[in-house]
This record gives sequence, C-alpha cells and structure tokens, in this order.
Amino acid sequence: MAWSSNAAAQTAPQPIPIPTPSSSSPSTSPQPQGVTVQVLYVKEDREKDLPLSLLDQPDADDGIAGAKLGIADDNTTGRFLNQSYKLDVIEGSLDDVLKGAAEKVAAGDSFIIADMSPDSLLKLSDAMKDKPVQIFNAGNPDDRLREEDCRANVLHTAPTRSMLADALAQYLVWKRWPNWMMVVGPSPNDQLLADAYRRAAKKFGAKIVEERQFKVDTGNRRADGGYEQIQQQIPQFMQGAKDHDVVLVVDEDEVFADYFPYRTWVSRPIVGSAGLVPTSWHPSLELWGGTQFQNRFKRLTGRIMRPIDYDAWVATRVIGEAVSRKRTSDFKVLHDFIHSPKFDVAAFKGVAVSFRGWNGQLREPIIVGTPKVLVSVSPQQGFLHQFSVLDTLGIDKPETKCKAYTQ
Amino acid sequence: MSRLLPLTPALVSAAIAVSFVTPADAYTAYVTNEKDNTVSVIDTDKLEVIKTAKVGQRPRGIVMSNDGKWLIICTSDDNDVKVYDAKTLEYIKSLPSGPDPELLTLHPDGKRLYIANEDDNLVTVVDINTSKVITEIPVGVEPEGMGMSPDGKVLVNTSETTNMAHFIDTTTHKLFDNVLVDSRPRVAMFNSAQTQLWVSSEVGGTVAVINPADRKIITKINFAIPGVEQESIQPVGIRITKDDKIAFVALGPANRVAVIDTKTFKVLKYILVGQRVWQMYFTPDGKLLFTTNGASNDVSVIDVANQKAIKSIKVGRYPWGVVVSPK
Repeated sequence: MAWSSNAAAQTAPQPIPIPTPSSSSPSTSPQPQGVTVQVLYVKEDREKDLPLSLLDQPDADDGIAGAKLGIADDNTTGRFLNQSYKLDVIEGSLDDVLKGAAEKVAAGDSFIIADMSPDSLLKLSDAMKDKPVQIFNAGNPDDRLREEDCRANVLHTAPTRSMLADALAQYLVWKRWPNWMMVVGPSPNDQLLADAYRRAAKKFGAKIVEERQFKVDTGNRRADGGYEQIQQQIPQFMQGAKDHDVVLVVDEDEVFADYFPYRTWVSRPIVGSAGLVPTSWHPSLELWGGTQFQNRFKRLTGRIMRPIDYDAWVATRVIGEAVSRKRTSDFKVLHDFIHSPKFDVAAFKGVAVSFRGWNGQLREPIIVGTPKVLVSVSPQQGFLHQFSVLDTLGIDKPETKCKAYTQ
Repeated sequence: MSRLLPLTPALVSAAIAVSFVTPADAYTAYVTNEKDNTVSVIDTDKLEVIKTAKVGQRPRGIVMSNDGKWLIICTSDDNDVKVYDAKTLEYIKSLPSGPDPELLTLHPDGKRLYIANEDDNLVTVVDINTSKVITEIPVGVEPEGMGMSPDGKVLVNTSETTNMAHFIDTTTHKLFDNVLVDSRPRVAMFNSAQTQLWVSSEVGGTVAVINPADRKIITKINFAIPGVEQESIQPVGIRITKDDKIAFVALGPANRVAVIDTKTFKVLKYILVGQRVWQMYFTPDGKLLFTTNGASNDVSVIDVANQKAIKSIKVGRYPWGVVVSPK
C-alpha cells in the first residue's frame, strides 16, 4: 500500500546550522531607532452616589490602574524594539482636565484615555479637534457618543449600553427566558439603560411584560440596621406583577439593584444591574490566558480588575499594538493604522477585538456573569451576522447615526 | 457534547490493515487532562486507554526524557514541574519552575529543560538531573510556545501579549533576535533541516513561517473553511513530518487539523477532529498523529500517510498536552 511505503521512506534531513551571535557570524540586524510614545489619562471628578455594597466601593485609581498595567505591558514589548511608553495622569474638574490636556499635548502626548461625563468628553474632543491627538473613551457607555454626537477623534473602548443590553438579552433568549419584568431606577442613566433593554427585547424577540419605576429614595448607602424595612418594601413593590421569567433591574449606579435578589414576591432570578450582569470584564475570568493578566494586575495594584480598568488597558494595548507593528511614533501612521479595517488586537477575549468603522466603537465579546463567576460570553451561539457575530451586540452599521466616520 | 468521528467501513478496514500488515511497534501515548489532574495512558497499537494516573494540579505541557524513562509535566496550579516514572506513573520529584509553568521543551543534551513561565515573563532553564535552576531568561509578556532547533543551538520562545518569537542562543542563553508575528503566538516549531520555523498565532488566525537564518518571515499562512466562521479558526499546535514535507496545524475551536505542503505552503486539506484541538504528537515511526481535543474530552488519531482521522479515544476532562514514548 502506498501509504505505508511513504511513511517508511520518511527520513529526517540534516539540520543546517542557524547563525547565532556565539557562532561565527554575529547578528547583523540593525537596532531600530528609539521611539517614545506619550499617553495621557484624564479622569474628571464627578458627583456620584456610592454603590450599595461595601464590596463595590470604587478605588481612587479605577481605570488609571488598567492604563498603568497596559503601559507596563507595552514597555516589556517595547524593550525588544527600542520603544518606550510614558503615562501622564490628570485628575480634576473639567477645567483642570482641559487645561492640563492642552499642556500635555503641547509637550508631546498624542493619545488621551478619557474617563469623563459625556458632555465633558465632547468638550475635550472639540478642544483637540485640529491637534494630532486620538482620544479613547474608556469611561462612558452613552450610545449618543457613538451615534448622533460621535466625533472623528474619539474611539470608544468602553462598551455601550446597547452592547451590554444585547449581550444579556441574547443569553436570556438562548435560555428561553423571554418574558421580562423590568424595574427601572430614577436616574437619567437608568432611563437610557432601560431604552437599551427595550431595544434589545425587540431586536431578539423577548418581551417586557411589565415595567415599574423604582422611585423609592434609597437614602444613605448605610444605616445601622436597614434591612428590616427593605425586606418589607421590595416584596410589596413586586406584588401583583404579570407573569414573568426574570426580573430585569435597571440601576446603572448600583444604588438599589442588590436589594432585589431573594426579596421578590414570586421566586424569579434577578438580571441586569444585579444577579446576572453583562460586563466588559469580570474579575474571575481565567479563560484565554486571563489568569496571568489578572495576576499581573493584582500584583501591580493589590486589588481586583474592574471593567473600567480593562477598558483603559485595551486602549493602551491598542496604542502598543500599533506602535510595535508600525515601528514608529508618527501620529498619522499610527492613527491611520488603528482606524483601518486591518487593525485588530488580542485582549483576553478569545477572539481579536477591533474598532467599528462606522462609529469607532470597540467590537468585543461581552461577559454575562454573577458577582463571583462568569456564566456565559455573548454573542451567543445561533445569533448570526453577515460580517462579524460581534456586531450582533450594539448599534450595527445600517442603524448608525454617526456621520463623523462616514466621510 | 461529544461528536463521533465519521468512521466509514473503508476506513475501518484500513485501520485494521495498519496493525495487520505492519504490526507497528506499540508505543505509549500520554495525555494530560487539565481539569482532572490526571494523565491518560494510551496503547498506540490498540488505540485505547490502558491506564489513568493521578498527577499534580492542572497538568498541561508534557515531555519525555530522551531515554523515555521520565515523564516531565507542567503542573501549573502547583507552580512546579513534576517528574513521573513513565512505566509506573509513580511520582519521582519536582523541578523548580517559577509560577504557573505551561509549556516546556527538553534540549537534545537530555539535561537542560526550558520552561515558559507565563506569569513572570521568563524562560526558566533547569537541569533535570540536579533539579537546579541554571538561569532565567527575560522575554516578552506571557511566554508560551517553546521551539527547540533540532541541533539544540537555538530556542525560540513565543510571548502571547508581546506577539513575538524570541530567538535565544542556547550557548549564551541570550536573546539575539525578535520577530513580530500576529496576535497571541502559541507554538513555535522547527523543521528538521532548520530552514523553517513555524509559529502559530491563535487570535491572529495565521501561521508565520520564518527563515531561522535571517529571521525574515517567508510567508504567512491563512485558513478558510467553508461553514466555519473565521473567528473560530485559531491555530495552536504544529507538527512537521520527519521528512519536512507536510505540516499539521491544529485549529482550535474550528475542530480541524490543517494539512499543509511545506514547499508551496498551500493547505491540502482540513481533517475534522474533536472540539478545540490544541496540541499534537507523532508516533516515533511517523505513522500516527495524536491530537488533544479539549472541549470534547477526547484524542483524535490521524493516519499521517492517508491524512485521515481514524479513531477518537475518550480520555479525561480537558485534555491538553500529549507526548508519545520513543519505544
């Protein structure tokens, strides 16, 4: 038989020596010229209610720590290419940020990672309009920043509300829990998030069987005691609801959603802002090499990695990827490469992440998890897309209202 | 969910013919089961599991000593490398490795073991006889793939987040070149002639073939499988036949092994195997190739000459690494 004679004929060729520095001919590849890239992280001070749980209290370096890790990773890579990265940080009011950013940009910073309110981000974008600056929005989920208010000089590594809502919706539909009872908080952000869930329900064939506004003043995060009243309040609030599979609690600032698990009138799982939650990063993710990434972050900061840390890290990795591939700090070259359809980057999500050409939003898988573990990763199997299944999450090309990217 | 491989009657008889016409030497294949903390021992003649042995925690990369007496396993969650008797599977000793070792390769001298420490951005070099660390070599972020040149003079390590193949001179243990490849390089493999180094990029979805002499990329191989979405084509394991003619590349969640002509770099075919196929190993006679299929808990056996999967063998949970004994 032919196959056995083939197999028997296999003999290994003699190895041809590889020239190394310790062998006769030294390496002749010239050392590339040194390149330095300056990155600025800006964080605007904002008034915010504290989250309900002690476990969720913010740290002063939220986001900044992710950028620091990314810069350290980029510098490890840069060592081999004679490239280095520097991180500046500005924290303060909008005025502090605008003034400081102008100075840093004049001094050579060309990439800005921003954690700001939507209107402030737009002001920063306008101030940088004619400068060689690329802004990455790592802190804000507002869809309008990617749609009617999109800006050509802003890319977004933070997921949008519509992406998060779609990710959870896909899982619920896959699970055949299509009937949602939605409880919406009083803040403007809660209204936007509720809109995203209404859109997701329609998009994936789920049904919001009933909506209730949760207007109860939550008061202080802590008080001595407190649970006695909540234990009465929540079941009463949930009484008499139409039949539903899950309770979708919409509370973006995490000030009341965690009151709902185990306190509903009928026994139903809680999803949305408590219970099963969609997120760009989960502190327990160990898939796709995530363990090492989590360990590096913990060694650097002594704490767990939050979504905003991840979103900021992705921005620094995007910059590092562009610089190492193009071997330059030339802004235009890097900018054009990052904005080209060829650009993608590995970011511990199992598949490459990239930017949507129509609005500058990062295209990425979204994790659906409980506070402790990952439950699933969306897009879910069976949701199809002609170009990339990742574009089943969020605003797709035919629906976009963004003009700045379609010149 | 396990998927059965299509076993046509013709193939079955071919498989039987293998053992009948040329009674292949019975080798032993060892498969690390990442989730079970075990090693499945497979008789390559009978193609069945003959033993399952407990080892350390989260066993992944696995190699054998040159004399075939020792099994050397990265027990990642124990943060060390453990040595077992290949015959009895009895524990012999632990080797220092640094935290979370994943892949390793043994120098042709049979002494120097090179271990990738993902957590420390280091390659650790250990003498397996004295169990002492010889040196540590700083490399890029998340070192993983370890490719040793057949003459033992050059080691290539890939770093997953830095996206490089680092060329290390094993005489001086110094880096002498770095080659950028596509995202998340997982495995580096030399051909016998040392004229090609193959590097798989899991997230990039490509395999780069590098000329070791000048470290220039000769070509980048892309994959396309009808009915399989591009994102799930994730090249990991690479094996090249002893005669340097054919390369096999495991494509992860695409559940296929690509067969590639090493002259034209054309993909000749895609062999359907189990789910999330990562690592592979030839029998010493070059007739069979074993693949670990992490998500379907089995090992596929490929008839190398016919380029066909002939059997799937159930092993433990999340099979990761595989090695076949020299005798």
